[in-house]
Amino acid sequence: MPALLEVNDLYAGYGETTVLHGISFAVAAGGVTTLLGANGAGKTTTLRALSGMVRTQGEIVFAGARIAGRASEEIARAGIGHVPDGRGTFLELSVEENLRLGAISRRDPGIKDDIARMFGYFPRLAERLRQQAGTLSGGEQQMLAIARALLLRPKLLLLDEPSFGLAPLLVAEVFEILGQISRAERMSILLVEQNANLALGLADHAYLLETGRIVMSGLAASMRENEAIRRSYLGY
Amino acid sequence: MQALLHQIFSGIATGGIYASVALALVMIYQATHHVNFAQGEMATFSTYIALTLINYGLSYWLAFLITLVVSFIIGLIIERVLMRPMASAPVLSSVGVFIGLLLIFNSVTGWLFSYTVKAFPSPFPEAMPALGGWVSPHEAGATAVTLIVLLLVYGFFRFTRLGLAMRAAAYNPVSARLVGIRVGWMLALGWGLAAAIGAIAGMMIAPIVFLDPNMMAGILLYAFAGALLGGIDNPLGAVIGGFAVGVIENIAGAYLVGAELKLTLALVIILGVLVLKPAGLLGRAVVSRV
Ligand SMILES: Nc1ncnc2c1ncn2[C@@H]1O[C@H](COP(=O)(O)OP(=O)(O)OP(=O)(O)O)[C@@H](O)[C@H]1O
Ligand SMILES: [Mg+2]
Repeated sequence: MPALLEVNDLYAGYGETTVLHGISFAVAAGGVTTLLGANGAGKTTTLRALSGMVRTQGEIVFAGARIAGRASEEIARAGIGHVPDGRGTFLELSVEENLRLGAISRRDPGIKDDIARMFGYFPRLAERLRQQAGTLSGGEQQMLAIARALLLRPKLLLLDEPSFGLAPLLVAEVFEILGQISRAERMSILLVEQNANLALGLADHAYLLETGRIVMSGLAASMRENEAIRRSYLGY
Repeated sequence: MQALLHQIFSGIATGGIYASVALALVMIYQATHHVNFAQGEMATFSTYIALTLINYGLSYWLAFLITLVVSFIIGLIIERVLMRPMASAPVLSSVGVFIGLLLIFNSVTGWLFSYTVKAFPSPFPEAMPALGGWVSPHEAGATAVTLIVLLLVYGFFRFTRLGLAMRAAAYNPVSARLVGIRVGWMLALGWGLAAAIGAIAGMMIAPIVFLDPNMMAGILLYAFAGALLGGIDNPLGAVIGGFAVGVIENIAGAYLVGAELKLTLALVIILGVLVLKPAGLLGRAVVSRV
């Protein structure tokens, strides 16, 4: 299968500091790829680099086009949806406005139907439609962020720690829904997680990031069997 | 009683002007967290454009319309050319740019149109018996124009996609970019819109106070007082604050402090709000669980 996203020798950082030291990886079309790593490994920075939110050097090819160096908004319009670190909620706006903003760059008539489809995945959002988004719980904001990113109708969905700050029951629910979305919509997903167990359960392919370098990659199933990963990241 | 009511009505009329300028200030404040001190001088400049067009023989409302378009474009260009490079500059240099902009507009206006005080026409009739002498036709008309403008602006931000995109860009530029909003252009549009609103305020106040390059200096102060009173990050609050300052100013000027100290009153309001309730009376604390 051809790769939807190909990253080659990518460097990225903040100001003077370089965080990513020449990483290369790919995301297959229609699959779930996960990027694992400890705190501070550079997972969030990788996603920010893909979305043009940090200074980069190197090659990023998305759906056949070089997108490195483009503005964030143009990358989003090219079809990359991003559920960012911290969820990126428009706190002052209503839940409904947050959802409409997800589809703001679209011109097609299917937006209403798509929002209704999101209520199928996340019924709780339908109940809170008129509420100020800042008053939602962390889990509800996570659902809102996923729905908002999907409403862009992206070709690729970037997810930055969707399990962060959620109660275990809610984490299971969110991952169950992500699995549905991946299967039902053939959505290509790049998932960043600290919870390696969950991520490897959902993903086909996995990369392991350590202090800005990719140190291991392979099929998710075989990564699970790997002794080193097991000890450091899966904890059994 | 008749006199008091009259003071209240004309307070509402000038309050509407303050409310418009306050709204323009808040629009830019929300997007940039800076107060555009040059907002008043930009409006004065626009009013001179209108006067020039009228003197060329254009009808009032055509001149009004062209002035809005030109002001909008000027606002847009200022953001694109002057403010864009300042986006990440320290606060103090931004303040310097705003003050510089104020001085530039002020002196260019004086240089182009001279410093002599000029009369500016009102589009409304000289006398309207139907108003019963409570309020002059121009005051009534200006209030109506202001209310229409405020309603249109409200409708634009509340009900249109572009308005929603502009609000999103102002509140959370990072997230706005991630959904594909061209944040830079939204800022420029905001500047254009603020300049156009200021232009309307200038054209509505000029027949009352006469036109000279410093016409808006005091008005900006009242508008700023109104914006602070209502809450500098709350458009509705700023509008209500603007009206309130207009009424307070008129009543106090007539009964309490006299015309000479009216401007001092604006300063007192500004200081009082900053000391006692910095978020403004209607300042909305963002409810947030994050
Ligand atoms: N805005 C920033 N400015 C400067 N340095 C940053 C910034 N954000 C992150 N860093 C640094 O970059 C490195 C990688 O951070 P990053 O957020 O990408 O890690 P992460 O893998 O997402 O970690 P976590 O699991 O804790 O979210 C860290 O050393 C961090 O201190
Ligand atoms: Mg992170």
